[in-house]
Amino acid sequence: MKTKIEKQKEEKNINQKMEGRSLWADGWIRLKRNKLAMFGMWLIIIICLAAIFAPYITRYDPNEQFIWTEGPSAKLVPPCSKYWFGTDVYGRDIYTRVIYGARISLQIGFAATAISVIIGVILGSIAGYYGGIIDDFISWLTNVIFAFPFLLFVLALVAYLPPSLPLLYMAIGVISWASFARVARGQVIQLKEMEFVEAATAIGSHDKRIIFKHILPNILAPIIVQTTLEIGSIIMLESSLSFLGFGIQPPKPAWGYMISEGKQYFLSGQWWWSVFPGLAIMILVLGFNLFGDGLRDALDPRLKQ
Amino acid sequence: MLNYVIRRLVGAIPVLIGVIAVVFILTTIVPGDPARIMMGQRGNPETIAKIRHEMGLDKPLSIQFLDFMKNALTLNLGKSYRNNMTVVEAITTRIPVTFKLAFFAIVIAILVGVPLGIISAVKQYSWIDYGAMFFAILGISAPVFWVALLSVVLFCVILGWIPGTGTGNGELIYYVLPSIVLGLRPAALIARLTRSSMLEIVRQDYIRTARAKGLSERVVIMRHALRNALIPVVTVIGIEVASLLSGVVITEQIFSLPGIGRLSVEALTNRDFPVIRGVVLFMAFIFVLANLIVDLSYPFFDPRIKYD
Repeated sequence: MKTKIEKQKEEKNINQKMEGRSLWADGWIRLKRNKLAMFGMWLIIIICLAAIFAPYITRYDPNEQFIWTEGPSAKLVPPCSKYWFGTDVYGRDIYTRVIYGARISLQIGFAATAISVIIGVILGSIAGYYGGIIDDFISWLTNVIFAFPFLLFVLALVAYLPPSLPLLYMAIGVISWASFARVARGQVIQLKEMEFVEAATAIGSHDKRIIFKHILPNILAPIIVQTTLEIGSIIMLESSLSFLGFGIQPPKPAWGYMISEGKQYFLSGQWWWSVFPGLAIMILVLGFNLFGDGLRDALDPRLKQ
Repeated sequence: MLNYVIRRLVGAIPVLIGVIAVVFILTTIVPGDPARIMMGQRGNPETIAKIRHEMGLDKPLSIQFLDFMKNALTLNLGKSYRNNMTVVEAITTRIPVTFKLAFFAIVIAILVGVPLGIISAVKQYSWIDYGAMFFAILGISAPVFWVALLSVVLFCVILGWIPGTGTGNGELIYYVLPSIVLGLRPAALIARLTRSSMLEIVRQDYIRTARAKGLSERVVIMRHALRNALIPVVTVIGIEVASLLSGVVITEQIFSLPGIGRLSVEALTNRDFPVIRGVVLFMAFIFVLANLIVDLSYPFFDPRIKYD
């Protein structure tokens, strides 16, 4: 595995000599050439913008029930020019709810991933750097966490905790750090054998400095790739939780819960309540997957053609 | 051989102990008293105290943990709060349904994923390649429960090919849709992985040698390349078992299949803690077992890996 790093470094050196570009600039150039990755990036950007500017691109309030103002005729209206994605059984505008739902999904995606990156990278680096018993213990913990089916584990945790958003972030984050720990540990083990780390030790740098100044910046690329993919899967996880009724509490417009609410009506032909939120989940997760795949290809020069 | 098996088995023990410990920690941070939940509102303090004593809830945590560990290893997981079944009974009666579902899903995933991956790699950059990889990334990005719902509407309501959800009288037709839906994600992952590992391998020298000595492309791909390309795929199948078990929870819920997944959702809704404990433990055990099987099967795919 050492050869991989050496090759990476060699290539980096060559590139820098020729054109004076960093790994990141180089990666960005490769990424820009990858049409699918750019497509994914734009999907993410558009949905983020929609979530931020939700009040400006929707005409109604997500919890506004038109059955009170317009009577039963506002119930389950099919998509039309007034209600772009139709309305649900309470006469709420589904387009508005889908747009506001992006806020919830993105919030959970970013917050829970941030927690798992922090826990995972810290534990993984410690395990990789110190080795020995510490490594054995952390690796054991990682394997144990991996042994649980993710969804069931979070479900059990959420069922035991009182419903609240921060607790949901914590619950998901506390369980999904294991993949980051594995990546970080593997990278650190490779890096700590390298000359620049040895040199830093030789001039008397302490562990903290070596870890933060010399090792962490070098493991950033694989962590970023993993993070991008993880955000997608956490968004998916949250929607599954909400679908089963254990995630976000109504009336907040969580996509998964909307699909579950619309389920009965879908079977009898009123498809819009379930279909649009599902499309939204798929598009957002697709965005993160395409972008993450592209990042991996761009930042991992091994696969360069 | 025996040595290797024993070493792997012993290696799984610490993980199993960890799993039991995590489940114990998880279920003892419960806000709320299990005895009270079991008795509902009508229980008077004396009966609750009696039940607490019977359940060992009045003992110190460390003793409770050792008891729990002992009970978990002897499969003595207590009784469901809701009905009089023991947890082990509740789980074993649900196993056949889940096993069938997971088995069919894995078979479908392999039968679809591996050929798609091979074709995509052999015909790299063709429309088949783009089509297959587009299908694969959609399969990974679409939520399982949503795809399940769409497929029920399409095949049961609109086309009427499948009689509906549930298990009927146990006919296999009821497993067709759930297995396909559940197999979709692993199929997509296997297809992507087979493709990339195949692409890496066809660039190696021994493949050039095989071609140079005049073997047909078919023999080169199927006999020389595929066997090596499948090694990472086998690993992923082992890892995917965990997400398959998560998928089971959702798929069984939507298709009303009375398996372990549905049992777990029922238990969670009813706050039936012994059953939740039991199911989480059971699924983690299955995962450890599946990965043990994967580990033991490597030498079959790659004779360079020795058992000792």
